Amino acid sequence: MRLSRKHLTLLVLALLIALAPALFPSNFYYRIGALIFVNGLAVTGLVVLIGFAGQISLGHAGFAGIGAYACALAPGYLGLHPGLAMLLGAVLSGGVAWLIGRPILRLKGYYLAVATLGFGILVSMVLANEAKITGGPDGREVAELGLRGALATIGIGLSNAQFWYAATGLAMLLGAWVALNLHDSPTGRALRALHDSEVAARTVGVDVARLKLSAFVISAVYASLSGSLLALMNRFITPDVAGFLHSVELVTMTVFGGVGSVPGAILGAATLTLLPQALTVLQQYENLILGLIMMLVMIFMRDGLLPSLMRRLKGRG
Amino acid sequence: MTLLQVEGLGIDFGGLRAVNDVGFAVAPGEIVSVIGPNGAGKTTLFNMISGVYLPGRGKITLDGRDVTGMAPNRLAERGLSRTFQNLQIFQRMSVLENAMTGCHLKERGAILSDLLCLPSSRRRSAVTKARASELLERVGLARAAEHEASSLSYGALKRLEIARALALEPRILLLDEPAAGCNAVETEEIDHLIAEVAKSGVAVLLVEHDMKLVMRISNHIVVLDRGEKIAEGSPATVSRDPRVIEAYLGTQGAEAGHALG
Repeated sequence: MRLSRKHLTLLVLALLIALAPALFPSNFYYRIGALIFVNGLAVTGLVVLIGFAGQISLGHAGFAGIGAYACALAPGYLGLHPGLAMLLGAVLSGGVAWLIGRPILRLKGYYLAVATLGFGILVSMVLANEAKITGGPDGREVAELGLRGALATIGIGLSNAQFWYAATGLAMLLGAWVALNLHDSPTGRALRALHDSEVAARTVGVDVARLKLSAFVISAVYASLSGSLLALMNRFITPDVAGFLHSVELVTMTVFGGVGSVPGAILGAATLTLLPQALTVLQQYENLILGLIMMLVMIFMRDGLLPSLMRRLKGRG
Repeated sequence: MTLLQVEGLGIDFGGLRAVNDVGFAVAPGEIVSVIGPNGAGKTTLFNMISGVYLPGRGKITLDGRDVTGMAPNRLAERGLSRTFQNLQIFQRMSVLENAMTGCHLKERGAILSDLLCLPSSRRRSAVTKARASELLERVGLARAAEHEASSLSYGALKRLEIARALALEPRILLLDEPAAGCNAVETEEIDHLIAEVAKSGVAVLLVEHDMKLVMRISNHIVVLDRGEKIAEGSPATVSRDPRVIEAYLGTQGAEAGHALG
């Protein structure tokens, strides 16, 4: 049997994650890799929302904030294991997305963008101002997940950086699998249909409001898990995780890499996480060159990095 | 027996009476055509019947139930399906996926099983794929199944919309200018297709500019002009009606008679 596109994509991703460490000159690169995977998980959720369903959000860092602070607060206040706190954060984010999504998703285009933007700002303000609980703008320590120690007792000894590289890589891979499943499923087809023509989707029986809401909730859970992983990995979190800048960063990565494509968005996350590191040699020109590259890619590769490259490879560009 | 009953239907846009006091009925297996000059309100009428516009006045009954103002997806659940004059194709999906989306009501299930690609999700997709492939075969698009929809010609897209609408297994099918922009051969294919669909017991409501096609396949014709129904009857009756001839070509009746006959 021929390998399906889904399995091919997952295989390539898995190989890249597994083989990349062979090229790492130092332990520091495991950390960069883990950051890429954490962002990769969040942008995969945005592919579901923006790429499949065609709905924009400039506030998804708000859900990352909920996920991150669930891990920071639930172990202390509720006595939950950090792993369970991550699940609690996901449930909480999904619930909040469901509540705010119902009124917000009636809006379209830039109205929706501004409304979601407001939500993100709201979350980061709460996290920054409720200093007694959240630690305020200075941030807060996060408990140790403890899984690395457990692995060590059964003979798998990993450095902290290696452990988080593997854990976040696995999480991103799982996230990609789920999103690719969705793409070719009945729900995925209905989402993509309403993206292209809402009226036609309605006339074939698609409950447009319900499906938009589903996509919003799914993408919120992705963002939440990404925030949780970031908090657990860094053992420290500040309200910046929920900030406007982080929301914009995530959307930029998604669109830059290819908004309709899961591996595309992940490539976008990788490129825009790596580029600033690589461009530090340019010192004060770093941001200038970064901005220039982003503009050029969007002008000449409108569908995003990966879809445009694939089309050129197939000779249709 | 009546499947679709329209009574006193009307809608205003701003101060303009786009459609006013239109009524007619469609029975299963029957082909009813709505004709009229450009701007007569045919598409507006379709949009009201299919739930895209909320009617300002009047009543729509489907199978004895009042469905006035019901959302399009609810109407789809009750067996009403339509195509669009200005194509509404899912451009970024493949031809096959477009047709598969028409099976949405039958293939939808728990989202969780779709996310995890559980056997039930795969089974639903497989059934839909087989059904959609059959329909593409029927409209002559089987060979283009894997192509991106945006790569098809206009005539082919028209047929794809019909395949998608048929995928619902509708009890009533609304076709908005299915033959517009199609060449003679394609028009004839669509002609056969519509007749076949009606023969299988589906009620067909048709808006079409191709008078030859309309006169050949309709059981009943409703004529609109400036939003009002000006005539109704069999093709033979309607084509001789002086008001229809005048509405179509002003006072140059002889020419109009020729065009309609």
